[in-house]
Amino acid sequence: MTRYIAFRLLQAVGVLWAAYTVSFLVLYALPGDPASLLAGPDATDVSPEQLDAIRAQYGLDRPLIVQYFDQLLHLLRGDLGTSISSGRPVTDIIGEAIGPTAQIAATGLALALVFGAGLAIAATYTRHRALGQFLLALPPLGVAIPAFWFALLLLQWFSFAIPIFPAMGDKGPTSIVLPALTLALPTGATIAQLLSKSLVTTLREPYIDTAWAKGAGRVRIHFAHALRNAALPALTMAGLLIGQLLAGTVVTETVFSRPGIGRVTASAVGAQDIPVVQGVVVFAAVVFVLANLLVDLIYPLLDPRIRVGRSPLTPRGITPKTELTGARP
Amino acid sequence: MTETAALVAERPPRSDEDETFASTASDRFADASRNRANPSRSARGGLRRLRRIATRHPGALLAALWIALILLSAFAPALFSGQDPLDGVPADKMQPPSAAHWFGTDQVGRDLFTRVVHGSALTLQAAVIAVAIGLVVGSLLGLLAGFIGSWVDDVIMRIADVLLAIPSLLLSLALITALGFGTINVAIAVGLSSVAAVARIMRSEVIRVRSGVFVEAAFASGNRWSRVLFRHVLPNSIGPVLVLAALEFGTAILAVSALSFLGYGAQPPAPEWGSLVSTGRDFMATAWWLTALPGAVIALTVLSANRLSRALDNEGRRSR
Amino acid sequence: MSIDLAHTPATAARAAEPLLDIRHLAVRYRTNDGHIDAVRDVSLTIGRGEKVAIVGESGSGKSTTAHAIVHLLPNAAETHADSILFDGIDLATASRAQLRRVRGARIGLVPQDPIVSLNPVKKIGAQVAETLIVHGLADRKSAAYRAVDALEKAGLPEPELRAQQYPHELSGGMRQRVLIAIAIIASPELIIADEPTSALDVTVQRQILDHIDLLAAETGTSVLLITHDLGVAADRADRIVVMNQGEIVEQGTPAEVLGSPTHAYTRALIAAAPSLNAAGQVERVLEVLDPDVAARVFGGRAGEPFVARSRLPGAADATLAPAVLSARNLVKDFALPRASGGGTQRAVDDVSFDIPRGQTFALVGESGSGKSTTARLVLRLAEATSGTIELDGRDITRASGAELRGLRRRIQLVHQNPYASLNPRLTVEQIVADPLVAFGLGSRADRRRRAAELVDVVALPRTALGRRASELSGGQRQRVAIARALALNPDLLVLDEPVSALDVSIQAQILGLLSSLQSSLGLSYLFISHDLAVVRQIAHRVGVMRLGELVETGDVEQVFSASAHPYTRALLDAIPGAHASGAPVIGR
Repeated sequence: MTRYIAFRLLQAVGVLWAAYTVSFLVLYALPGDPASLLAGPDATDVSPEQLDAIRAQYGLDRPLIVQYFDQLLHLLRGDLGTSISSGRPVTDIIGEAIGPTAQIAATGLALALVFGAGLAIAATYTRHRALGQFLLALPPLGVAIPAFWFALLLLQWFSFAIPIFPAMGDKGPTSIVLPALTLALPTGATIAQLLSKSLVTTLREPYIDTAWAKGAGRVRIHFAHALRNAALPALTMAGLLIGQLLAGTVVTETVFSRPGIGRVTASAVGAQDIPVVQGVVVFAAVVFVLANLLVDLIYPLLDPRIRVGRSPLTPRGITPKTELTGARP
Repeated sequence: MTETAALVAERPPRSDEDETFASTASDRFADASRNRANPSRSARGGLRRLRRIATRHPGALLAALWIALILLSAFAPALFSGQDPLDGVPADKMQPPSAAHWFGTDQVGRDLFTRVVHGSALTLQAAVIAVAIGLVVGSLLGLLAGFIGSWVDDVIMRIADVLLAIPSLLLSLALITALGFGTINVAIAVGLSSVAAVARIMRSEVIRVRSGVFVEAAFASGNRWSRVLFRHVLPNSIGPVLVLAALEFGTAILAVSALSFLGYGAQPPAPEWGSLVSTGRDFMATAWWLTALPGAVIALTVLSANRLSRALDNEGRRSR
Repeated sequence: MSIDLAHTPATAARAAEPLLDIRHLAVRYRTNDGHIDAVRDVSLTIGRGEKVAIVGESGSGKSTTAHAIVHLLPNAAETHADSILFDGIDLATASRAQLRRVRGARIGLVPQDPIVSLNPVKKIGAQVAETLIVHGLADRKSAAYRAVDALEKAGLPEPELRAQQYPHELSGGMRQRVLIAIAIIASPELIIADEPTSALDVTVQRQILDHIDLLAAETGTSVLLITHDLGVAADRADRIVVMNQGEIVEQGTPAEVLGSPTHAYTRALIAAAPSLNAAGQVERVLEVLDPDVAARVFGGRAGEPFVARSRLPGAADATLAPAVLSARNLVKDFALPRASGGGTQRAVDDVSFDIPRGQTFALVGESGSGKSTTARLVLRLAEATSGTIELDGRDITRASGAELRGLRRRIQLVHQNPYASLNPRLTVEQIVADPLVAFGLGSRADRRRRAAELVDVVALPRTALGRRASELSGGQRQRVAIARALALNPDLLVLDEPVSALDVSIQAQILGLLSSLQSSLGLSYLFISHDLAVVRQIAHRVGVMRLGELVETGDVEQVFSASAHPYTRALLDAIPGAHASGAPVIGR
């Protein structure tokens, strides 16, 4: 078991390194001039000398490979560089933003889990055919609704039409509700889609028939036999779902004018602040890897068939079928 | 203890010969029941099949109609509205939806319906470019990984794994930071960030088809590998690619409009669905239609694309 | 043998009435293409302690009947019955709660496929004990003890250890014993065994069936056995019920049904049953291909069907060696995955044999014996680790490129599963002509004509040419696969379990077709099968494989009647139908 954990940890570090490399390649090696980006989007009248000065300041005049290893060394010391627009360390900027984002993300995830799983279970448990069909039709709707639009509708209804919740800011627990709901909608819909599909398939498995033949009741069939088996494929998507949740904060925090990772990202992209954007990408990869690590530790407890040596990134049990139904974030 | 379990589970390749009678039971049952089902089924043909799809999935029919309307509006917006999307009549500003202005008017008196109709061109253009990039690059990589296998498969899939570790919206944002703003750049960013997911699906599809017994039969008949690929593997992978394309189309519209909503795509006053919603934000308290109606159009389009994808998937599975 | 007192009938009156009495059962499935009457009108009784077998082919309604008794049918099924009386309770009108009390406690079910019929994430012991717990027959602790007892009774070695394991750690046969333990733990009055062994090897199959017999005899439990194999039914049942197209066509004791069948379908089924055939009870007449047809369709050279050759097909050529193909010391190692420690596993171990020209050499073995891998080595679809393969005296072991492709003109393959071996997007004509196109032989018109001729030779109607494989039945598909294999005029066909996915009556037709093609065209066959009864009908020489080794080779008569090897004897003994047939094995 320790070998298994050590192997997983090693893989996690590998993924982080690779994700960092990808972000470096995208931001520094793509055709385009980082220096003129660094000079700012409005700097149309920068002289070549000024650009050279910027290159020298950020070390962009060195060969790409040198820059890469230099940055990687800094990263190992926990240094993500400095923001161009504010001049502050990127780690500080992200560190300050984690708290408010974690609040809405955690609430959103909890809502998504409760409503998503609840809907899937209710839809497959009910004996009422029409009700089941109706419930199963909801998740595709939730997946198709643009998050920014849903957020604006929530604002219109619950801040302007019936002022229950504040329209913006992060003052008090009531300000969490609408952003968390916005984050929960796509994630919850995805969970509901994955789990209901998985439940429907599981309930048709021959071992479910075996359980019926033993004389087991419906509650036992659904909760003791089907649910655990059906939850396994959904569990492997946890990393992707949390990544989706994190990405959702960009829109959500913009609409609700809340501080957090999403706002940091949005303004960094707007100002083409490369080090901050890179910092956020690495941060997202860290979150993804941690979530998957957690799943990897839980998974063997739930599934005795777990095999050693599978990549933590390969979402187990994802067949093209589940991906093709729109369950992909 | 899990390691001994792995030893049990992992056996060298072995054909399932002795389970064949049990494993094909449902096929034989289907044979028998087809013989006994009412014989009206013999009449076939494309039209009939279409009608069957339409009657079996009325939702999919509506979805297809909606997509067709949206596509038509992208190519010939004048068919839907004779008004100008950019010039407004200041006297008519901020009017709620009415017979004259279906979607109401905005703060400078432009007809919102006209702007949405004209906006579909930009949005769809971006979505189509994104799907084309994602699908072409992704399926090519997936095809290579799945058909060649060995180290090619390993390399491509490890890279795809890493790309999947970064949420696609953040990857798009990083690409936009590097490439700059604008509709085309947004489209490229969205397309590139979907490559990994497409490659993975395409690969598993190719592997499914490739490991099919009929592919081995084709080799055993004496086919060259190129003919096996083009005659036997690819045609059987096309259906799932179509399903995927429809799905990606919906996802791309969602991503493109989110990015333009954030202000990285088309710049005002050019109409684009996401930026229309974004502009409406400033008048949320007084003019609900400015955000609600363009957003509803986006939601309906994405929903239709997903629905269509599901219908294609079901049909493909039936005919398999 | 002791008789469980609990099941001794309390009164003579109750003993006289049957345990289960089904009156006029009908089941209809709703499908997208209309409805199907799976069971039309079935009335059936099972006495106390009686063993009844329902025999029928796929789609005959036998499984549906069994599942309808305990209402375990899919939602798309509509059931109608005047009554299904089980010990005084009418299951047709019983409430859900009443049904639940009967299932598991009073009627045990042994399902079809043991591999997928156990919950993969629960321990064996808990799954067996569950029957007791849901019926409140024991508390958790004593249920666990009784589960171990039940596993032992079901014939599972080391039951304490097994109870702590998960399904994936057990073999198929062991899992089937677990399912038997689940069915018997609550001492039910009736056990319904639905094709309990069709997914298992013959030797395991026999052990399992023996064990069900033994348990039933010990406890006086009634058994309803569902099977597609008339031989199994004849061996095991007090009474055989033959079903066809959703109706009972005949019933009686095994002697009555086999000895003097009254219904035409029963007679056809007996004639087709390989296990009864193996016992030499049935003789089949071969329909030899018309010599004109043979000359026209197969008059071309091997691998060049459109180029005429001088000698007639089927005529022996004295200049050639007696063996069309010889394999010498074949070895195949598979690399084990690194995750499980690496290393290799030997799938084929020093196997040598000759395929006699114009005759059939059969490789027989159970799953994992390496017979299919051997076939793949011969076909050069897999690379031998060592050893040589000679075709007409020419070493083809390392042939590659054009030479390897040229080999395909001489050796063709028919797969075991006709549902998977035909490209679903092509028409029958395209499938049959595919090898011709692959080698660029003939004009488009030539190929069309040849496809039509071949379809005719395998006795498919011409209208099939324009159809897609998915529109054909399994037997028809296998005919298409044979036509495709014949397209290039090969010398040798490798038949990899060509009939094991088919129902017995279809099996008999396909075997008949293969035999007649061989005798008319002088084809040689390498016939891979797990079914000795099938091999008995078609092979001239037999090789018995076990765990990668060829344990015995010989003429079919010798192997079947006077085998020296104990493993071969075990396989032969496992062939069902032996009890029923008093007749000695007669030579071909």
